[in-house]
Amino acid sequence: MRPALEGLKSAVEGGLPGVTLQLEGSVLMVEAKDVPRVCRFLKDTPAYEMDYLANLTAIDYPPDTLEVVYHLCSMRQKHGPVALRVKLPRANPVIASVTPIWRGAEFQEREVYDLFGVIFEGHPDLRRILMWEGFKGHPMRKDYVPEDQDAPDERA
Amino acid sequence: MMVDEGLKSELRKQGVYVTTWDQLVNWGRSNSIWPLQFGLACCAIEMIATAASRYDIARFGSEIFRASPRQADLMIVAGTVTKKMAPQVVRLYNQMAEPKYVISMGACATSGGPFHKGYNVLKGIDRYIPVDVYIPGCPPTPEALLDGLMRLQERIKARPFKAAMDEKQGEYAVPAYGDRGLLPRYNPGVWRPPTLPPVVATATPTSSASSSTPPSGPGLGRGPRRLYFSGPVGGMFAPHGASWRGPRACPWGST
Repeated sequence: MRPALEGLKSAVEGGLPGVTLQLEGSVLMVEAKDVPRVCRFLKDTPAYEMDYLANLTAIDYPPDTLEVVYHLCSMRQKHGPVALRVKLPRANPVIASVTPIWRGAEFQEREVYDLFGVIFEGHPDLRRILMWEGFKGHPMRKDYVPEDQDAPDERA
Repeated sequence: MMVDEGLKSELRKQGVYVTTWDQLVNWGRSNSIWPLQFGLACCAIEMIATAASRYDIARFGSEIFRASPRQADLMIVAGTVTKKMAPQVVRLYNQMAEPKYVISMGACATSGGPFHKGYNVLKGIDRYIPVDVYIPGCPPTPEALLDGLMRLQERIKARPFKAAMDEKQGEYAVPAYGDRGLLPRYNPGVWRPPTLPPVVATATPTSSASSSTPPSGPGLGRGPRRLYFSGPVGGMFAPHGASWRGPRACPWGST
């Protein structure tokens, strides 16, 4: 796993000048500005051909960081998954959408937007998918406080 | 008006069958309960198993799951009721034909179950509509659902048709979406938040067996309605009280 990932890292850095990746464990850390280029490279390079975005999610690390996680696989070459992670500032988490690259990212990005509040720029239809319109807050963030359903309700 | 049981059996020996109009109607009603065909979560899989050939809910006359609430008189709330789904469930209940009944199937529909501390799950459908039978379990087995259905049949038979019709009238308020949950959080006509019993200062602390007896009283439980659990209590997420109360006689027949 490790040598393959190191080869992948050097291939990406060789193919895309100006891009540097960090290898942390079995995860490739990507900078937020490089995400569309790296994803496009991994999808279009014949040696890797990552044609399937298996998973797109986020992790909340209060107080400062949110991470977006991508799991990529190749259906044609039957390898993967490769995990990419992107650190974002928790106060203003903005990242480019990968929906133009993998169409299947659309609903997953909507879910991450709904539950974590990450803004995906370039997404065709970025709105809540699980919670309703008018819901306030992002409930999978660790500082979200759910309502007390047992509290007396004067409106009732 | 009840017929004397001795006279009834004596007449039956002569080939004369005596009954009351209520018993006849309720016999028919209780043996043809048509459930509303909808499921919300994994409990629905058990409900489907109950309807299929191995458990065969048709033995109890309830095999006709109707796709329209206008044709159904039993709502089996089978699964997790999310806040997003709860208004639709209440609306479906309002559209059902009277007299209508509700079975709260499983821990989620009864209390929120494993999602009790979550942000998106209603902590019991009985906050908005009246529930007739609660079935514990996560999910309840098909046998437990059949047992709940039989308890419901007992309840229907124990109530005069006119009284049931009068009791089951009226619409229930459909909640709206708020910024964190539903507005209002409950319907006070069917449910009120639990309150703690007042603390009574005792002058002499006694070492009686009061600590071993389970807590009871009007302040505990889930509001004014008495809980009625069907069958032997099982499942990981049986609601509060189920573990020590266990199965009880149907309270409805005695009222």
